[in-house]
Amino acid sequence: MNVPAYNFAYLDEQTKRMIRRAILKAIAIPGYQVPFASREMPMPYGWGTGGVQVTAAILGPADVLKVIDQGSDDTTNAISIRKFFAKTAGVATTTSTADATVIQTRHRIPEAPLHAGQVLVYQVPIPEPLRFLEPRETETRRMHALGEYGLMHVKLYEDIARFGHIATSYAYPVKVNARYVMDPSPTPKFDNPKMDNCPALQLFGAGREKRIYAIPPHTSVVSLDFKDHPFTRYRFDAPCALCGAEDSYLDEIVTDDRGGRMFVCSDTDYCGTRQASGHRGTESAAPHKELPLG
Amino acid sequence: MYVAVKGGERAIENAHRLLAHERRGDRDVPEVTLDQISGQLSLAVDRVMTEGSLYDRELAALAIKQARGDMIEAIFLVRAFRATLPRLGATEPVDTGTMRVRRRISSTFKDIPGGQVLGPTFDYTHRLLDPQLAEGHVPEPPATSEPSPAAMPRVTDILGRDGLIEPSPKADADATVGDLTREPLGFPAERDLRLQNLARADEGFLLALGYSSQRGYGRNHPFAGEIRLGEVEVEFFAEDAGFAVPLGPVTMTECQMVNQFKGSSTEAPCFTRGYGLAFGQSERKTMSMALVDRTLRARELGEEVVAPAQDEEFVMSHSDNVQATGFVEHLKLPHYVDFQSELGLLRKLRREFEAAGASSPLREAAE
Repeated sequence: MNVPAYNFAYLDEQTKRMIRRAILKAIAIPGYQVPFASREMPMPYGWGTGGVQVTAAILGPADVLKVIDQGSDDTTNAISIRKFFAKTAGVATTTSTADATVIQTRHRIPEAPLHAGQVLVYQVPIPEPLRFLEPRETETRRMHALGEYGLMHVKLYEDIARFGHIATSYAYPVKVNARYVMDPSPTPKFDNPKMDNCPALQLFGAGREKRIYAIPPHTSVVSLDFKDHPFTRYRFDAPCALCGAEDSYLDEIVTDDRGGRMFVCSDTDYCGTRQASGHRGTESAAPHKELPLG
Repeated sequence: MYVAVKGGERAIENAHRLLAHERRGDRDVPEVTLDQISGQLSLAVDRVMTEGSLYDRELAALAIKQARGDMIEAIFLVRAFRATLPRLGATEPVDTGTMRVRRRISSTFKDIPGGQVLGPTFDYTHRLLDPQLAEGHVPEPPATSEPSPAAMPRVTDILGRDGLIEPSPKADADATVGDLTREPLGFPAERDLRLQNLARADEGFLLALGYSSQRGYGRNHPFAGEIRLGEVEVEFFAEDAGFAVPLGPVTMTECQMVNQFKGSSTEAPCFTRGYGLAFGQSERKTMSMALVDRTLRARELGEEVVAPAQDEEFVMSHSDNVQATGFVEHLKLPHYVDFQSELGLLRKLRREFEAAGASSPLREAAE
């Protein structure tokens, strides 16, 4: 039987070279979606194969890897991907945002500011921001080439006409380097401002859709909006019940079937670090009790 | 204290341990062997090899066992292994005209040179559950005869001699064949890439698309010109040796559909081709593939693209079951933060809706 033997970080070197070329091209054209010959990975499409391929291609033996899903290091898919690289690359792993050199993420940008030299790798399901307005790739590529983004503005305008607001709460479209409209992956729009002028390199991998795109450090990233309807962040208006943070994105935890709720940081490292330095919320170090709604 | 998602690592390990336990089933029952799967569930192995794009019966059998009989999961296992294999080069095109035929039928001519050979087929069996098969049944040995010395030319080649069917495009020996597993797919895609995509495509998806074309969604009346099953030699041109080295035989099924074409101002009316090819005995797959190959030639043949089966971007983007199942099943992953964002927006919209006294018919009319 052909017993498999795997290379450092799983992918063979030819594949890594191909992916690195795509990454370099993506960095050279911020926000542009570069097609690449995505491989079948040993985890399902839609579960982070694009991010995993980008991470595998850039990872070196000295790197320190952090993997988060929904902001948390402890969600099952984050654990699974972290274990995959611990096993296939033998790299050090961490849950600390500050200590990591490579952070692979699904759906969140860490609360702690990123610094120069770090790489944030996003897992992307649908890389095309225009896809739900125009299903055809042949069309959307043409629209990007011509910078023809009127359709997107019409969509946002129609939201305002119907709902009084732009009714996009995550995967909120941005314009990168004043040229390409880009999908930030399904992060809540709360995270959008963190992408702008970020000192870290941001790489986006979409495995199933076979696209890589990038935001180089210190690149302008602007959330689309109108002068009279400026972009606004959304955050549930409460402090974190564990660490008391007033500035972090919150998960809503249903605590019973009678309307009980609590709100805690979605970023577990941020929350844990704050608690370790003495910050307290209403629920920390105390047995659970009912919280009034909102 | 909130601890909901903690302990995920332990949970994953235990879940996989339980999976291994359930896979084994009742431990008083003997374990199924790879030889049993390969020999007795051979059509399942054929499908996994075809859609997994890897001709290895043993690994396909292992994948089926590991996947507990879930075909798409087994195909996924084979694909993930295949992705790590180095590429030495491409083989010479196989010549199905020289196939050692075990089954060969044509629905276009009553008799053909070499004859019709039914071979091992479910066709014309009555689908009555057979209690004899439940255990210990020893089937009769198969009837045998001397192999026929007559050549078995492909039916489409017979039609081709009179120019009644379009010629197969001549292979350009210097042109490399596209490989969508090595180069990103772009649209419009040429026929080599379309055929590769269809060969790897989910059998059920192609079956439904082919069926839809028969029912009028992109209709082009097909005849099963020929379906043949048998062994073909695979050869690899070795640069060092300077000649093609035989690698061994593979079992393949080929289907050539013959379709109508009305001709155009520059071309005389003639039959056109739809082509299907798969590993092992995969008739439903190759027939469906041939139907969809033909419908996808609409652009090339100047036919109006009106149906899903004619739309290459639609077909090729959704035909891969490993991609499809991954994205459908990824909905099982946590989406807490996006959902929270949507909850926030929805609550806000509902508050505004109630505040505006939305029951007023005047307001609705004004919108």
